[in-house]
Amino acid sequence: MTLNDWIILLLAMAIPMHVILGACAYLILLERKLSAWMQDRVGPNRAGPMGLLQPLADGIKFILKEEMMPGHINKFLYVLAPGITCFTALFAFAVVPYGPTSSEPGVFPFIIAPNVDLGLLFLFAVGSLNVYGIILGGWASNNKYSALGALRASAQVVSYEIPLGMSVLGVILLAGSMNIETIMNQQIEHGFMGWNIWYQPLAALLFFTAAMAESNRLPFDLAECEQELVGGFHTEYSSMKFAMFALGEYVHITTLGFVLSCLYFGGWHFPWIATAESAYPGAWAVKVLVLLTKVFAVLVLIQLLRWTIPRFRFDQLMGLAWKVMIPLATVNVLMVMCFKQFGWDPMWMLPGSLAIFICAGVVGVQSARSGRSLAAAA
Amino acid sequence: MAVAAQDVIWAEPPKIGFWESTYLPAILTGLGITTKHVINYKPVTLQYPEVEPDLPVHYKGIHRLNRDEKERVKCVACMMCATACPADCITIVAAAAPKDDPLWVDRDKYPASFEIDELKCIYCGMCEEACPCDAIELTHIYDVTGTTRSEMIYDKEKLLAVYDETKNHPKDPPRTHRGALSGTSEFSTLPPLGPATPVLNDDRSAKAPTPGVIRPTH
Repeated sequence: MTLNDWIILLLAMAIPMHVILGACAYLILLERKLSAWMQDRVGPNRAGPMGLLQPLADGIKFILKEEMMPGHINKFLYVLAPGITCFTALFAFAVVPYGPTSSEPGVFPFIIAPNVDLGLLFLFAVGSLNVYGIILGGWASNNKYSALGALRASAQVVSYEIPLGMSVLGVILLAGSMNIETIMNQQIEHGFMGWNIWYQPLAALLFFTAAMAESNRLPFDLAECEQELVGGFHTEYSSMKFAMFALGEYVHITTLGFVLSCLYFGGWHFPWIATAESAYPGAWAVKVLVLLTKVFAVLVLIQLLRWTIPRFRFDQLMGLAWKVMIPLATVNVLMVMCFKQFGWDPMWMLPGSLAIFICAGVVGVQSARSGRSLAAAA
Repeated sequence: MAVAAQDVIWAEPPKIGFWESTYLPAILTGLGITTKHVINYKPVTLQYPEVEPDLPVHYKGIHRLNRDEKERVKCVACMMCATACPADCITIVAAAAPKDDPLWVDRDKYPASFEIDELKCIYCGMCEEACPCDAIELTHIYDVTGTTRSEMIYDKEKLLAVYDETKNHPKDPPRTHRGALSGTSEFSTLPPLGPATPVLNDDRSAKAPTPGVIRPTH
């Protein structure tokens, strides 16, 4: 490798890492502002114009705050846990494209680790390690509420890992690759109608839901509920260690936004302005912006959902994963397998997905009715 | 005693239809509501230190001790407020008025010390209601604070100072004739107070000439 290659490699790593860490601070501000607007409040507006310096103030506060270390903890794991959460969340970003990717030497790759054929598998493997941070944090705190929060998180992540993996299986089968760049570029070659959302709408919905559960976002944030767990797994954490848990969560949902955009919404592709043919000067910047806009839209949707749906009860949460999402994802994979095996026209996948969804709804209604009539008879 | 069978009402859970069981319409409606609030953004909060709230006239803030026409403390140390106080925060030490002083010659009793623990007080206004000579009243001042607990125990001088500060404020008109000693409030000359809560049209207080003031119907 020449010096030039090294510089490009370092830049490709450093730029997204720093942008993400900065963006996460501002995502927290955006979330607070959006929550305020939804609730007819003003939101943070003291630090800087319109509160734009709030993340800075928060950061200073987190660093300068006294670091409480309870006496009854397992010190090694206690310190390790926020590190694991943060590290795995950032590490998973290595295989996520953030622009028009390329693996040619001497060209800015727009991905930290280009051409990883295990791409998606790596992402899920590392991303699900995230829960180790939560479990270790909850257990090392030696506090029963923290431990309960951590247990809930582990049960939740183990359950939602399955629909998460199953829902992308359809996309993997369609593309014949687990490399996220390959999946993205195949969609881009086929233009707007090549986006996977037209073939796998149900899988996209399942993926989005499961990934939200995986990153412990509302309405799936049972691991950190103030009402019954005094905050959950991070009750005993303070100052920067607490901030690292929050940072890990936000990096996680940012990664989710990138993966959702790349797998189902054509990555940096957008008709007319950023297609495979567009080669006008500055096209790369437009492509990056298109991808970032899609990610931003996903993140705003997640934050809107936060104040829209009330938190699930734990049995509802488990029921949603095991009784609804896993069967749906399995049937979806089965459908893709049939299409691939018998060479049917993939354009019928959209009605197919809808049909599966409607069938599931009908089955759900019927089983609920028969369940109620059984209960009434008893 | 067992409830008779015909008195029992069975509540059936509502039937869940197809779309309801998929959660999607509810989620979309909810998203619509939250988005609508973001788009039609009308904050209801006040920017507190810069913008002060417009308090209702009947707001119950810290107390004041009114003065009579000779600028003496109006209180006659009858202990009615201290007795009525549910939080037990009023401490009065009564004393015979100094008869040799020409200023006090028409008074028999006065409070030698009058202390209200503003931290104990629950701002219910029962002292104001109990007072037979309208000496103690609650003002609109809500933003009091202190660095020590003893600072928040208001003595007679402090309570009189609150009166001097607030007597000309439009939110705190003296509830009775300024200066007149004793005698209960004269309803007819009271400034019209809005009722604390919305009243029904056929309510007695709504029919009264002064809204919010209930007169006996005889």
